[in-house]
Amino acid sequence: MKDRFNLYRFASPATFYPLAGSLIPYFVAVSVVFGLAGLYLGMLVAPTDFQQGEGYRIIFIHVPASWMSMFIYLVMAFWAAIGLAFNTRLSGMMAQALAPTGALMAFLSLWTGALWGKPMWGAWWVWDARLTSELILLFLYIGYMALTAAIDDTRRADKAGGLLLLVGVVNVPIIYFSVKWWNTLHQGSSVNLTKSSMAETMLWGMLLMAMCFWMYSIAIALIRARTIMLERERHTDWARAVIAGAHE
Amino acid sequence: MLNIIGAVIARDLKLAMRRQADIVSAVFFFIIVVSLFPLGIGPEPELLRKLAPGVLWVAALLATMLSLPRLFADDHRDGTLEQLALAPHPLGLVVTGKVIAHWLVSGLPLALIAPVLGIQFDLSADALLVLTGAILLGTPALSGIGAIGAALTLGLRGGGVLLSLLVLPLYIPVLIFGAGAVDATVSGLGGEGHLSLLAAMTIAAVGFAPWASAAALKIALE
Repeated sequence: MKDRFNLYRFASPATFYPLAGSLIPYFVAVSVVFGLAGLYLGMLVAPTDFQQGEGYRIIFIHVPASWMSMFIYLVMAFWAAIGLAFNTRLSGMMAQALAPTGALMAFLSLWTGALWGKPMWGAWWVWDARLTSELILLFLYIGYMALTAAIDDTRRADKAGGLLLLVGVVNVPIIYFSVKWWNTLHQGSSVNLTKSSMAETMLWGMLLMAMCFWMYSIAIALIRARTIMLERERHTDWARAVIAGAHE
Repeated sequence: MLNIIGAVIARDLKLAMRRQADIVSAVFFFIIVVSLFPLGIGPEPELLRKLAPGVLWVAALLATMLSLPRLFADDHRDGTLEQLALAPHPLGLVVTGKVIAHWLVSGLPLALIAPVLGIQFDLSADALLVLTGAILLGTPALSGIGAIGAALTLGLRGGGVLLSLLVLPLYIPVLIFGAGAVDATVSGLGGEGHLSLLAAMTIAAVGFAPWASAAALKIALE
């Protein structure tokens, strides 16, 4: 039974470190392929929107970034739950490795949203329900990163951060709906994205770009997780061997 | 079960009464922040009436934040917290007692002083009533959610600023429905719906948040 494949073996940093290292090039390659295909479809093939002109093409960055910002928070909460339930070291490292990418995606989503909003709505920022909840999501990411950065003991940082993520994930729907109701009470329907039926090429371009962003997030999170692993496990033999090998 | 909650409330209230200056300064912080807004915005009654619910609620949020770091810090410093964690009672119940005591010394005084400040903003009698009710109903949720943040940041450097980073985004729903209740009353829609949602949030927060903050305390005490 010694050679049977066992997924749990990779819960140890010593075995996950080389695995992550060999996976990263594939995720990078897949991300680049999807990105090139998505950009080609989005920028060259997809037709010009009859209402919004060429400016709508920012959607191919904006929507994937928004999706990823929400998805990454859920993935972090998943790792937090695993970490708190099974007391695994790797889970906290994965959550911490994902956080900056999630915050970056939330920021990109807000930034491209502002660039898109100026020509379409005539304002950089409106207190639309989706914009506001995206902003709050960015605050949640920053809160998580600030908390884990403030705790020196890494075990406590992982657990406290994990608990915060779980509390946050329970609160996200509450925040989203309260912002939505608040918005409909205050704003009326002055700002509404007219969801015209989307051309098929636009949809495909967006999905390809979403895949590109997804694979990029995995690759960059694995790179960051490898660095965190080395830093935390620097007293172990395997980490010393890796660092010594890198210096040769 | 009620014994331990009652004992913790009585103890925390007794400690708070020995240090009344802390309570009073939080209340004066609330009064000063609220009074600054007319000075910054201008004295037009029409404008002030419109801003009053939001201003009072934001000030209430900040005033609650002020007293949160001390929720567990003093007990942590002198070792009481560890004894409470070792006690046979569930730590969640102890925290429930502390949350209720925190509300009694921080939320309740704000609700009592709020109508007076509302008069400064030229609110009608109906609106004042709803404002007081909303603050009464909503501030326990602030104490409950805040306890999680206080437990997570226990003993950290820069704990106070960090606490506000963690907790303020989670306060947003309470702010929206608390201020919304007064707005809805002023505009004639009636604030019952908002008040019901506030009450629901308070029940959820006071019921569940202490268990999450008990888990956070155990992490901090490890």
